[in-house]
Parts: sequence; C-alpha cells; structure tokens
Amino acid sequence: MSVDTRALAADRRLVIKAMLATGGALAFDIEIAMAQASQPAAARSAGIAASRISAYVAIAADNTVTITAKNPEIGQGVKAMLPMLIAEELDVAWDAVKVEQAVADQSRFGEQFAGGSMSTPMNWMPMRQAGATARAMIVAAAARQWSVPATEITTAKGEIFHARTNRRAPYASLAATAAKEAVPAEASLKLKDPATFSIIGRPVPGPDTPAIVAGKPLFGVDTVLPGLVHAALLTAPVRGATLKSHDPKQALAMAGVRKVVVLRQLGHDDAPVDALAVVADSWWTASEARKALVAEWDNAGRDKHSDATFAAAASAAFAAKPATSVRKEGDVDAALAKAAKTVSAQYSYPFLSHATLEPQNCTAQFKDGKIELWAPSQMPNEGKELVAKAMGLPVGAVTVNLTRIGGGFGRRLQSDFMILAAAIAREVPGLPVKLILEREEDFKLDFFRPAGFQKLEAGLDAQGRLTAFRTHLVGFGAKGEPGRGSELPNDLVPANLVPDAELGLTLLESNIPLGWLRAPGSNALAFATQGFLDEVAAAAGKPLPEFMLETLGESRLVQPPKLPGVPDIWQPPAFHTGRAAGVIREVMARSGWRGAAPKGRGFGFYFSHLGYFAVVADCVKSGDTVKVAKMWVAADIGSTVINPMNAEQQIRGSMIEGIGQVISGLKVPIAAGQVQVANFDAYTLPRIDVVPPIEITMVRTDFPPTGLGEPALPPAVAAVANAISSLTGRRVRSLPYEA
Amino acid sequence: MPTMIKVNGKPREVDVPDEKPLLWVLREDLGYLGPKFGCGAGLCGACTVHLDGQAVRSCITPINAVGSGQVTTIEGVSANPVGKRVSEAWTEIDVPQCGYCQAGQIMSAVALLESNPSPTDEDIDSAMAGNLCRCGTYHRIRDAIRKAASQKTAGGADVR
Ligand code: FES
Ligand code: FES
Repeated sequence: MSVDTRALAADRRLVIKAMLATGGALAFDIEIAMAQASQPAAARSAGIAASRISAYVAIAADNTVTITAKNPEIGQGVKAMLPMLIAEELDVAWDAVKVEQAVADQSRFGEQFAGGSMSTPMNWMPMRQAGATARAMIVAAAARQWSVPATEITTAKGEIFHARTNRRAPYASLAATAAKEAVPAEASLKLKDPATFSIIGRPVPGPDTPAIVAGKPLFGVDTVLPGLVHAALLTAPVRGATLKSHDPKQALAMAGVRKVVVLRQLGHDDAPVDALAVVADSWWTASEARKALVAEWDNAGRDKHSDATFAAAASAAFAAKPATSVRKEGDVDAALAKAAKTVSAQYSYPFLSHATLEPQNCTAQFKDGKIELWAPSQMPNEGKELVAKAMGLPVGAVTVNLTRIGGGFGRRLQSDFMILAAAIAREVPGLPVKLILEREEDFKLDFFRPAGFQKLEAGLDAQGRLTAFRTHLVGFGAKGEPGRGSELPNDLVPANLVPDAELGLTLLESNIPLGWLRAPGSNALAFATQGFLDEVAAAAGKPLPEFMLETLGESRLVQPPKLPGVPDIWQPPAFHTGRAAGVIREVMARSGWRGAAPKGRGFGFYFSHLGYFAVVADCVKSGDTVKVAKMWVAADIGSTVINPMNAEQQIRGSMIEGIGQVISGLKVPIAAGQVQVANFDAYTLPRIDVVPPIEITMVRTDFPPTGLGEPALPPAVAAVANAISSLTGRRVRSLPYEA
Repeated sequence: MPTMIKVNGKPREVDVPDEKPLLWVLREDLGYLGPKFGCGAGLCGACTVHLDGQAVRSCITPINAVGSGQVTTIEGVSANPVGKRVSEAWTEIDVPQCGYCQAGQIMSAVALLESNPSPTDEDIDSAMAGNLCRCGTYHRIRDAIRKAASQKTAGGADVR
C-alpha cells in the first residue's frame, strides 16, 4: 500500500514510496528522475540519454535488508557501490544487507545503463538522501510509538535507541507504523557527517564474488531456457560488405543443423551488416556448420581502405589547414615566430578492439508477436528500442533481461548483437535462440577505438615556458561529424592554459565503425599530448611533471569555451589547475621524483571523466623488448573513495590496460577493408607476467566524489610511452611500441 | 555412440560426435556452465578444466581424448583440499572484476599448487600466463595464490 509520495528536488526528482509489503516487510521504492537537461556532460559524451535511477529497499521481519541494484554489472563494481550509499544513511550493518540484481522490470527500473563513469557522480547525493529518508521515517515512527521527541532517538546497525528510557528496537518492529509516516522534506534531512561513515569508505567485496568463484551461471552466455537452440554467425571479411550469393547446402546437410538464416542490413544505423546465421541444436554444431557455409560478398569499394591509405591521407591533411577549427585563440603563427624555441612532432595510434573476454552474445525468443531477450548489454534500454525498430514492433513488445557482463569497456554500449539475435529468433518462432559470436566474428564486428594522427607544435620563451600550442588531429568520421571517440575537445590540455592556441580537426572516412573504448578520446589524446609535452619539456630543460606544474600556474578553475547551442548543464566541466597540481606533486613525492628523472622513468597526467590522475612508470630492458618495473598513481576523485576494495581494482585494471596499449603490441591493423586480427594470438592482451607492482595514492579534496572506471587509463598510456622514450633514447611517437 | 566420462567424480553418459570439444560437452550436454568460452583456440584459458589433475583447455580437447580420465570443473574443484583453499583465498581477496576469466584462473591456480605447493613469483607468472584477464585482476590472482600456498606450507600439513 502506497501511503505518500513526494518530490524532493526539482530537476533531479527523488520520489520515495514507503509501503508494508508481504510478510510484514517495510519496503521503500526509490526513484530518481533525472531531467534530460540535468545530466552531466560526461553522460552525454558516453552516449547516454535520459535516465531514471531507481532502487528498491526492503527491511524484512528478521531485520535483514534487501537492496535491489538495477544497473548492469560489467566488473566496475556498481552492484556494491549503489547499495553502500543507501545502507550507510539508512544506518544498517552491511552484513545484514543482501544485494540483488534487478529483475527485468522496466516499468519499475526504467533506464539501466553502465557507461561514462557516471554512476558515482549521479548517485552520490540522491542514494544517500534516499537512505536518510527511509531512516527518518523509521525514527519518526519510533518517536510516535514511544512518545519521545525524534531528536532524542539514535540509530545504529538497523536498531533504534532511546537512551533516556533505555529502550531499543529493531527497524523491522516498526514496519507497520513507519510505512504510514509522511515522507520528510529534503530540507529536513540530516545526512551523516562523513567522519562517522561505517560503510562508505570501507572495503566491500563484490556481491557476486562467491557465485563467480563457485562457477555459477551468471553471464549472458550461460543463459539456458527450455527448448533452447543455438546460433553462430558468419559476416563478410570486409566490414559492411553485402551478401551477393550464398550456398547453405553443405551446412544444412550436417546433423543437428536446423536452419540457415539470411540477415540483411541489421545492426546499428551507422554500421549495418549482412550475415548468415546457422541455427542448430548445439552451438558447437552451429559453429562447425558455419565453416561449411559458402558466401560471396559485394565489397562495393569498401576494400580500398587500409592503414597505408589512412597514413597517406593524414600526411596530405597535414600539408593543408584542418577541415574544422575547434579552438582558436591569439595568433599561434606569430607566437611561434617570436618563440625562443619551437618543437613540432607527429604522433599516431592504431585502431583498438574492446576484446571483452565474454564474446558478444544474446539470447532471444520470438513468441506471439513479442520478443524477449537475455542480453549482456551496457545500454539495455537503447537496445530494446533498436530491436523494436528493426523488427517493426512497438517498444512494449520487447522485454530485456539483464545478465552479468563478462567485460564491457564500452563495447556493449552498442547493442547490435541484440538486434542480430532478435532477427534470428524471428526465423525460429517460439524457440529461444542463443547467439554467441565466434572470437573471429567478435573482432570483425567490433566498434573500434579510432586510429588517429596528430601534428603538434609548441613554442617556448627564453625561460623555457610554454607560450603557444597547436595540434591538428586527423581522425575518423563521416559528413563532418567525428566518429565515437574521434572528437577533439576544445579544452584539451595545454591549449586551455596558453594565450595562443589552436586545435584543428580533419576527418577521414572509412568502412571501420567506431566505438567508445574506456576513456574514449582521452586514451589516445593523452598519449599524443603528454608524449609531445615530454619532448617540449626536454627542450626547455625541465622534467615533464615540473613543466606541467609551471604550465598549470596558480590554482584556479579554467572554464572551457562554451559549446554553441548546448545547454549549460551539458557543457564540458571546468578544469581545476589546483587539483591537477595536487596529484602531480603527490605522484612525484611517492615516486621520489626530484630534478631530472633517472633513465627509464616516464610521467603522464590527464583529466577526464571528472577525475585528475597522474602516473609515473619505470621501464627496464627485458631481453630485446622492454618491461614496466613499477608504477605510481596519484588520483583525485574528490572527497571520498566509496569502495576502496573496488577502487584499487579499477585503477590497477587501467594501468594494465595502459601497459597493453603501449607495450603488449595491441593494434587492429586494417588491410583492404578487413580487420587483421581474428583471435588473441594476434591481439596480444597483457598477461600476468608483464604486470608490475602498482602503488596508488588517493588525494582527497573537498569535491563530490566522481567515477573511477575510466580516468586512470589515459595518463597510464602516456607515462609508459614516456618511460620507454627515456629508456631507449628513441621517442615513442607511434603506438604500439615496437622494439 | 554413447560414451561414459567422469565429471567431478560422477560418471556421465554422453552421445555426441567424437570431435566435439569437452568444453561444449560440459556446457551443452552436461549443464556445467562454469567453464567459459573465450577464444575456442587454446589462447585465453577461460575454458580451463582438469583432466586427471592437469589443467587442460577444454575448448581444444575433443571428447574422444578424455577416455576414462577424471574431469574436474570449477563446480567440483573445491571438493579437494587445494581447490577449497584456493576458492576461499579467491573469495577473501575478492579477485574478480567482471568475473568471466575467473573459473579458468582458479583451475590453473589449483593445478599449479597441486604440483608445486610453494611456487615462487616466477612460477606463478609462468603457470598463469596462459590465462587472460581482460579486466586486469592479475595482482589479486598472485595474492590469492600466495595466500592459498602459505596456508598449505604454514603447518607443513593441510591446514586451514
Ligand atoms: S576458450 Fe579455451 S583457451 Fe580460450
Ligand atoms: S575478471 Fe574480467 S576478464 Fe578477468
């Protein structure tokens, strides 16, 4: 029974309903509606549309607390983090909290997404307010029952106390009356003093860890349904090529094969594919039959694209002016002409794959004009809409169940695999069909981190101070619009710190679809800009971290130029030079960096996803290649690290990914329109034997906490590359490093 | 033709083509969903199980190569003392991020400690280098193996 509903804030509307649920449980339905305009800019840059956050808290008769976590878990730790915020302010013991993954109830949970390192900044206050609201209602009920002032009541670990009369009671005993209390106004809520936090800031293990360790089925690929059939997919070697003709006879003759389905122009609007799908009684059978398919494809000129043509086009672009100007201040040519020293260099980096360890997969069942999916998706709601559109069904006819996700890194922000699975399911009505991509297809069908080329120039005055900066990025996109991750932000460091600066962008077209990879854009921009600044600093006779401190100047907020036609709330965030300097100083102190660095040491700083990160890496020779011997990280993500146990994992994961991008040889070469990696022998992800000790320091500042999934990666790439340059004496201007 | 294989101590009958990989027999025919498909080519280790105590990549092990060997999967590995210690260390240290590689990691770790109860750091790295973790949980993998090993060696016997 719902007794009261009340909005707590205008544009971030918190609505709480309290009710008495079955079995005498006290249940709270929490919903935070994010007005479209109030979404942080980083959400937009990660492609996240409107959002509604919700949670469901139930206090059972035995005083255990169940908190339903609704966002997809991709290994980022959100399944523990959001419930921690509620449990803290509700003032219950974490041991008494059970976290459940949300059921697929879109009417209750609305949007469910994972992306943009947004869960922390979006939920930090609302989820705490939700917990505090529920607590206040329980306190009010106790005050009424005991006829004492609410101000004399205290709580701890799920219990109510009244010291004067020496009374105590578990929350659950007040369920019936608490459900009838009015929802308090936001202004009357008292949040805890962070000094008294007992859950936030403590290491909390992943709620699914025991199930993972026991090998329990949790992931998309583990979906099993009665009557399940299996599908394997064959797509063209040249991405985007259309199906000219095919011969399924041999495949169909194989025992257990049910059907070969022709799929045409499905997937995302900007990268539709033609494909053949084999449906069989077993996935292994489908996969064997896939090898027996004969298909002819029409490349229609898509095979003209290759790394060599991209490089040639970039050289040509560098000889001309950039197609678009992203920022232009002062007069860079004049500043360079009068500079005491100038430096210029070209940098480049390859396409990268997400290579999630769980291949893209989805289970779908088409029955009575409705489709139900079991999808490891980072954007299940968008996937649902795309499936509806592709199938010509109303959105209401599509149901999406969330599974745990075996790695995201941004790959599963694209829901193409859901559309493909739905289209196959339609051809076997009534039967649930599980599509799993072969590793080779998973590589072919990725949305890649864009390759890029940069030509950078800088000027120094007689004291070796940075006076001018210019870069020309040749990236990828179509019709003048940069592709995902190929944007050039107008507040790129150090263009935002010098009076004469120019940022220009030229876009190449290709048949290779682009996607967001962990810290999109930033992961490559950090390499090029911090690598180049390492060269500039050397020309100035200063180590990079000191040169950065000098360039940052006094502590202040640097506002990026306003993006025209974009609401204020969606403008990029301001850059705090003091916070940047703070992490740089900290990492210098931790790594013992004084004066000129020893050979093999490199530094990188970057600001992205609202987080300030500085990294130092030490490299040593190892046979005929190089190895990272040690890394130091200093991070400023605000006042609080909500779950240090997970924070350590996210940061280490980013450091290792950085090592992978520089040293392990990660690249997706393109030749004749074809992706040149098919499996992990060619896509050489870092393994355990390249992983160094990593020392992490969190610098606390008085700002609201922000996310951790992404911002540690960009400076890691830069620091490792700069360390190799220092070690070998040969500047790493192109990734990956090749000995 | 139906054949018998032994999985986690139990005899199981399967009727599949000889060359069907053990991974898919386990996942599709016998309902052991713990071993995972990552690459299908012996390159990632997600599918690792034990065959007579040895870590094998089940994605490239045809069922007819299993014969009368004992197959152990993640679902059954904590029935043995080393497996139990490793699983407990894994949970305490909270090794997983996404968790997809972890069944394979644990199986490789148990096989290592079965044959080498006190591995050096180099031993750990070389035994575990066949198991990819895309999320980068390698530090905690090392920590968990060291922890499980120290519990074995602490009293010289099987202490926990
Ligand atoms: S799935 Fe067997 S090694 Fe990768
Ligand atoms: S935990 Fe994600 S692949 Fe290892």
